[in-house]
Amino acid sequence: MKVKQLSVFLENKSGRLATVTKVLGDNLINIRALSIADTTDFGILRLIVDQPEKASRFLKENDFTVSETDVIAVQMSDKPGGLAAVLKVLEDIQINIEYMYAFVGRTDTDAVVVFRVEDIDRAVDLLQKAGVKLLCAESVYSF
Amino acid sequence: MWNPEMEMMSRSELEKIQSQRLKNTVERVYHNVPFYKKKFDEAGIKPEQIQSVKDLARLPFTTKQDLRDNYPFKLFAVPQDEVVRIHASSGTTGKMTVVGYTKHDINIWAEVMARTFGCGGVNHKDIIQVAYGYGLFTGGLGAHYGAEKLGATVVPISGGNTKRQLQIMADFGTTVLACTPSYALYMAESAAEEGIDLSDLKLRVGFFGAEPWSNNMRKEIEAKWNIKAFDIYGLSEIIGPGVASECMQQDGLHVCEDHFLVEVIDPNTGEVLPDGEKGELVFTCITKEALPLIRYRTRDISIITHEPCACGRTHARMHRVMGRTDDMLIIRGVNVFPSQIESVLLEIGETEPHYQLIVDREGNLDDLEIWVEVSERLFSDEVRKLEQLESYIRREIQSTLGISAKVKLVEPKTIARSEGKAKRIIDRRDVYRQS
Ligand SMILES: [Zn+2]
Repeated sequence: MKVKQLSVFLENKSGRLATVTKVLGDNLINIRALSIADTTDFGILRLIVDQPEKASRFLKENDFTVSETDVIAVQMSDKPGGLAAVLKVLEDIQINIEYMYAFVGRTDTDAVVVFRVEDIDRAVDLLQKAGVKLLCAESVYSF
Repeated sequence: MWNPEMEMMSRSELEKIQSQRLKNTVERVYHNVPFYKKKFDEAGIKPEQIQSVKDLARLPFTTKQDLRDNYPFKLFAVPQDEVVRIHASSGTTGKMTVVGYTKHDINIWAEVMARTFGCGGVNHKDIIQVAYGYGLFTGGLGAHYGAEKLGATVVPISGGNTKRQLQIMADFGTTVLACTPSYALYMAESAAEEGIDLSDLKLRVGFFGAEPWSNNMRKEIEAKWNIKAFDIYGLSEIIGPGVASECMQQDGLHVCEDHFLVEVIDPNTGEVLPDGEKGELVFTCITKEALPLIRYRTRDISIITHEPCACGRTHARMHRVMGRTDDMLIIRGVNVFPSQIESVLLEIGETEPHYQLIVDREGNLDDLEIWVEVSERLFSDEVRKLEQLESYIRREIQSTLGISAKVKLVEPKTIARSEGKAKRIIDRRDVYRQS
């Protein structure tokens, strides 16, 4: 129930993000989700793609620093309070969230929230016990 | 050991030989090199006043500027028809420094380079890949002749063409590598990119020199290549590589004192400093024919010791070069050597040594910015951790050097690196730019 996320180090200068997407596009890799955290000097691009190993290799060949991290993807029901319920579970089981971001699926009623947490194995286990629906890697890559 | 008789000679015996050789050399340069005659006369020194090595400090210094002023051959102490080889180094500024060798000098050079390899336990059974540049630069041919003198198998591949270097290393079963330390790291990096496992190679030892490097860089080279890495020292003005080299103790570089006298001086006053004090290295050639420089100021900062070494060699040891008197950056009045900053970066334990110092002046204030390439080892997907890293480096620099610096993390390969020497400093302050 863990999903591979790629993180890419980017300097804050124009064209770097475009280069990443071009490298992936040229190699027929689909970006499922993308989020950037940045400071004044640099940014960290977080990506979920359909072929993470290949994507990582191509980016490294193009001199990017890339790391792979396991994250949790939770499918949100379109009912109000869906996210709050998940956050409540994580709080109850005392799992710290390093960061999170959301993306929308092919139909705009579906949303997926990606969580990067401290102790992912425990989080997966306890979230599932609490009845939270986690997406497996395959379904996120094709979400 | 290549030449135990000379390398383990008692100090008193060695001093006798040195004194005799110094006397001969002084006599020779006084009569054969107008520059030295003039210089000695001006200093009021007659050759007969120099009777032993104890009189060395009475002689005037020779500087790089003297070599430039006497470009190309005017410092040669033999007629040009006795010179069998010319080497030259291009300065970043000004004229080239030209050096010459007689047949005898070439033999001495091979001898001292053979000692260098011997210092690292290399013998005639080894296969030595010489990846120093061949040509006017002394690195390639210097190592080459020494390796041949030793009777080893030489692979004179020269610098560059990294893929082929690695291929040959694997196919030929190279056991010894000689190149610049930055090129050794560059090759290791290329090998990693090619998916070559360096521990599969037969390589056992490496001899690295021709540019400043740190002990941490040594550790990194040793770990990446799984070899023992030796620091070697030389400069073309004195002979090229072979002037000094580390033994198995890796605790200082033995100077070939039967050929080169070594002193450490205060770079400001010219006063000779005692063992253990840091200053500028000064060498005097006492066996060379073509270009026997007297008290040549190297601008390299080091320390010497005459303490006996566990390896049994009696020749003095110099500390690995700790900086350059002319590369020394003065930032906000503080003397800063790039090697110090490199140590800070490497001591953090997680940085690749790819960095660049950018010095600029904002108003009247010097500004130091340090660019550090983010390696995979260094990288984190969390902004917080990268910011912690930046501030950690900043704090370490502050506490080591006593100056504040801005640290900027940059993408891999942002900092220009050649297959030879790495460009570490960009000084944008006009005020320090010297001709
Ligand atoms: Zn020794």
